[in-house]
Amino acid sequence: MNRKQKRILLRVIVSAFLLITALVLTKIGVHEIISSSLCLCAFITVGYDVIIKAAWGIRNRNLIDENLLMTIASVGAVCLAEFFEAVAIMLFYQVGELFQSYAVNKSRKSIEKISNIRPDAARVIRDEKELTVSPEEVEIGEIIRVFAGEKIALDGEIIEGETFVNNSFLTGESIPVGAGVGDSVYAGSINMEGTVKVKVTAPFSKSSVAKILELTETSYENKSKSERFITKFARYYTPLVVVAALLIAIIPQFFINDGRGEWVRRALTFLVISCPCALLISVPLSFFGGVGSASSNGILIKGSGILEKLSKCDTVVFDKTGTLTKGEFAVTEIKAEKINERVLLAVCAAAESQSNHPIAKCIVKASNEDYKRFKVEMVREIVGKGVIAKVEKWQIAAGNIKLMEELGVTVPDTDKTVIYVTIDGKYAGFITVGDTVKGEANEAIELLKELDNEKIIMLTGDREENAKSVAESLLIDEYFSNLLPENKVSILENVIEKAEGSVAFVGDGINDAPVIARADVGFSMGNLGSDAAVETADVVITDDDLRKIPLSIKIAKRTTEIATQNIILAISVKILFLMLGIFGASGMAGAVFADVGIAVITILNAMRTLSKHE
Amino acid sequence: MKKIYKINDLDCAHCAAKMEEKIKGLDGVINANVNFIAQKLTIEAQDGVFDEVVKKAAAICKEIEPDCTVEF
Repeated sequence: MNRKQKRILLRVIVSAFLLITALVLTKIGVHEIISSSLCLCAFITVGYDVIIKAAWGIRNRNLIDENLLMTIASVGAVCLAEFFEAVAIMLFYQVGELFQSYAVNKSRKSIEKISNIRPDAARVIRDEKELTVSPEEVEIGEIIRVFAGEKIALDGEIIEGETFVNNSFLTGESIPVGAGVGDSVYAGSINMEGTVKVKVTAPFSKSSVAKILELTETSYENKSKSERFITKFARYYTPLVVVAALLIAIIPQFFINDGRGEWVRRALTFLVISCPCALLISVPLSFFGGVGSASSNGILIKGSGILEKLSKCDTVVFDKTGTLTKGEFAVTEIKAEKINERVLLAVCAAAESQSNHPIAKCIVKASNEDYKRFKVEMVREIVGKGVIAKVEKWQIAAGNIKLMEELGVTVPDTDKTVIYVTIDGKYAGFITVGDTVKGEANEAIELLKELDNEKIIMLTGDREENAKSVAESLLIDEYFSNLLPENKVSILENVIEKAEGSVAFVGDGINDAPVIARADVGFSMGNLGSDAAVETADVVITDDDLRKIPLSIKIAKRTTEIATQNIILAISVKILFLMLGIFGASGMAGAVFADVGIAVITILNAMRTLSKHE
Repeated sequence: MKKIYKINDLDCAHCAAKMEEKIKGLDGVINANVNFIAQKLTIEAQDGVFDEVVKKAAAICKEIEPDCTVEF
């Protein structure tokens, strides 16, 4: 509890004590004047600031103001000579506010805890003295010191010390990584162990963390429909309830003369329920929690509107190269004639071991050091064709069809990218290289299917055969190959037109920015470094893990579900108690529950958006 | 220019909505947002009048919720 809350609590306790004393004194038959003045003391103790604020509101022409309504309600009770009731209204109101502000503060803290990545201060060393300044003020080349447990304030390179850093905000991976002298560290990472000195290599505004903050803090353009709805609702709800209260107080007076102010009391009950606080707090809080929960998983979502769209997503369109696949060459198939496949790969790798060509490199990598046991001599690289080399006692030629033609060797035909190998002039087999599917791609797509039977579409500029083989190895419903960037946009537009829900597009954000921008929800994978990707995408996945796509949809669905629950819960409880209020079936206690109880319940419900996702 | 300010002791959710509406109505303001949960005020306004706008915005916040203060 903060100071303000403690003060209110104290006033509530004192006032409650005075009220109880007054009640007891009345019971034992002490003169009314004494108990009434005790009530007055209790009333002033607990409600003076409400009345002052109400007066302030009138002065500033903010007529529909909670404080004013509570003042009217309690002054109304005083006019009815219901002194206990008057104190009770203020007392309940303050207790409710206290509860609410406590719950909101708690929620704020827990959201901040999981999503606050902003480094607050940097210990910069200037003129051999350590100064604490804001990260924005530190310049390139300056040295900062970071103690264990602190956030690293700026991007830089360690020049002294050794530690483990937690990069979870960047990668979603919470296992600390070792870092020593010469290693790069990033602003926003947490220094887990020792004290380190870091030489700053980039200003704060250029760091990933600054970009992430920019992205999540200023995303007000993307307010969700639910949030817009509740602000609109609130705008009409309160005045409407106040007018209704007036009518309830006045109209029955013409027909019945109850003389005890029963209808006025019912009208006062209305005023207590007139604040739409439960809605105004819990719905944004739900979305805020959802965005926070996503960001703690390395999923950065630009605003609650995106979260809402994502929850309705029924089609996910993937870019192939670099997104579903690794975007780099790897050996996918070895076809050997008469010799062991591993040996074929090893001799080929030995021959290629001195080449810098990407295909050669991937063959060397695939052979796993096996090639090192061979002695290689007389390597001759023929640009655009391949290599010829002496490996041990064999004459090896490895290259494409052009090299084979030149050597006069007949080889089988294929439409894939292959390296043919000859040993002592005789054809020995071929090695196929191609782009490989990412390890988690299959699981990610299965999760998407499980989640909501999402339709999966793949777009690629690659050849038909390559597209087909990737599409078949994964559970892809439809694919389009041989596309130019502009084709991708028009195909996506078609998909959007046909889809019932919203359409997500997942790309690397570099060459498919227009497609990402066109999608209902554009995902950019693992490219915090690229401004274009961060700017155009609606969701940025900080690492490269495709499983974050189903996870983000899951979080989105859960968040909107909770927000909707809160809207329904809050509105229906208010309406119920307004109805009960008209018929006199709900007293002040019910009204207070409808006002504050429901606010606290919906706040607690909103906090469920923070629950862990595996 | 767009800047973010922290608002302390903003305890009333529908006051936040009111503040936002009023600040948006100020001359020179392109967009504004009062985030009740994050306790933050975001103002986007024309450069020439920015400081003036911020002053007025802070006054609006104070007027609607006397307890709160905008941190500069």
